[in-house]
Amino acid sequence: MSTCLDITNLSAVLPNGERVLRSVSLSVLPGEVRALVGESGAGKTMIGKAVLGVLPSSVRIVEGDMLLEGEDLGKLQPKARRTLIGARTALIPQDPLTALNPSRRIGPQMTDRLVRILGWTVEKADQRVRQLLDEVQIRDPDRVLRSYPHELSGGMRQRVLIAAAFAAEPRLIVADEPTTALDVTVQKQILRLIAALQREHGTAILFVTHDLGVVAKISQKVSVLYAGKVVEEAETATLFAAPQHPYTRALMAATPRYTDPFASLKPVDEAVLAGLAAEITAADKAWRRPHG
Amino acid sequence: MDKPSTSRRGLSPRLWLAGGWLLLALLAAIFAPLIAPQDPLAQDLMLERLPPFWLDGAEPGYWLGTDSLGRDLLSRLIFGGRIAFIVAFSAAIAACLVGSTLGLIAGYFGGWADRIISRIVDVWMAFPPVLFAILLVAVLGTGLSSVILAIAIIDWTRFCRVIRAEAMGQSRMDYVENARIAGYGRIGIMLREVLPNVVPSIVALLSLEMGIAVIVEAILSFVNLSISTDDPTWGGIIAEGRLSIHQAWWVLVFPLITLILTVLSFSQFGEALKTRFDPVLR
Repeated sequence: MSTCLDITNLSAVLPNGERVLRSVSLSVLPGEVRALVGESGAGKTMIGKAVLGVLPSSVRIVEGDMLLEGEDLGKLQPKARRTLIGARTALIPQDPLTALNPSRRIGPQMTDRLVRILGWTVEKADQRVRQLLDEVQIRDPDRVLRSYPHELSGGMRQRVLIAAAFAAEPRLIVADEPTTALDVTVQKQILRLIAALQREHGTAILFVTHDLGVVAKISQKVSVLYAGKVVEEAETATLFAAPQHPYTRALMAATPRYTDPFASLKPVDEAVLAGLAAEITAADKAWRRPHG
Repeated sequence: MDKPSTSRRGLSPRLWLAGGWLLLALLAAIFAPLIAPQDPLAQDLMLERLPPFWLDGAEPGYWLGTDSLGRDLLSRLIFGGRIAFIVAFSAAIAACLVGSTLGLIAGYFGGWADRIISRIVDVWMAFPPVLFAILLVAVLGTGLSSVILAIAIIDWTRFCRVIRAEAMGQSRMDYVENARIAGYGRIGIMLREVLPNVVPSIVALLSLEMGIAVIVEAILSFVNLSISTDDPTWGGIIAEGRLSIHQAWWVLVFPLITLILTVLSFSQFGEALKTRFDPVLR
């Protein structure tokens, strides 16, 4: 079986030469959920953006390959790459507030993409959108489709965005902390919805999060990132049963336990961070040598 | 999110007062030959400096009195409105088209396009606007079209700066990135996603600019640089009124009131329209 997404040795640099992605390799099989965990600034979102072709202009990919269903994104012409990414991928964004165009009604926003990019008829697109809204448990699709984004609650907007992401039947969805901006009570529902739709549609998901609890619930495989470097990757069950890297162990220890609300929060151990820093310096040195 | 307030969609007194005055003035200007009680150019030295209707010595048919040449003030104001509105609409629309287009491009594309356009705007705005206008009209020659052209040439920067900032803010929003991922082209995103979100600002600025155009036209005609001296203009009437302020104050005061009301209405109308155009504020 071919992989859905295959990233090998991906390195990206800032204008000052600092690496933000350090030889990242990871793959996502069709229909699989791969979680990317790490603290903020670890480059989780950057990987997602690199795959979707929307890196900030200051970040430059200097090395590595990204294969989307066997097609090398780096070798395609920009236009062909856009078309491929548009047809095969989708994003479930972090902030449902800014991810919908405030001046357009939900209906046209959702169908537009199906009609313009995939060339569907308006009727087919409309039907599809309604079906998806039903799948994300929106009971009054007529009202929602007629609404402007600001007329819907945060949870509703995130449902709309999930429906929109799945509507075009993408092979890969990048979910960029899709529950972070939501209420804790809504988070659980949204997570359950994503998991249900993922199973039903067999879509592969690259799930970016900093929440190990979410990782355990939704993913089959995990990559742990630190400073743009994959420090450990494993099957989710294996990782939780026997974390190998000291940083992974420290992260797990730092996760607050709801069973003991009075326990103080533990930061990641200094010694572990020092070890990581040494590891990264060594990796950068080894990387620079062949690259001058 | 709370419910969108539907009450504000109804009667906003600001919108109706401003819109009402503008409509009245506009209709009067359009139908000037039918409405004006007298010929605005007809001089009659027997009727010079007649006071407005509520003062002693007023003549029926000369509601706001006459100037030092015996010309009917109300008729002159109505005909002056024609020029004011023509200038307001054409100059503001021209400035808006140029400024908004460049602003949208600078704000959305950024990079070199932004750097070049922003530098041009900076240089442009270094000139004092009224002096620039007088200079331009002196070069282009007097006449209606040069006045319009001069105002458009000077004031496109106002649109450009505001729309650039707005477009820049919108372009950083996730929905623009989402459209990129979906595979829309850059120009398509600019027109379909970004432009609708800056339209409320364009509308507000457009109305404001019409008010400004009225003032600039009045200034130019005040210094006799607008159009031929025969045609009545608000600025021209004010200039004449200034000379006879001690004998006939009304020749100065009524055109001033008309001018102030019109300019104020344009700016208020723009603000009210912006609120109605904006789906979030609506």
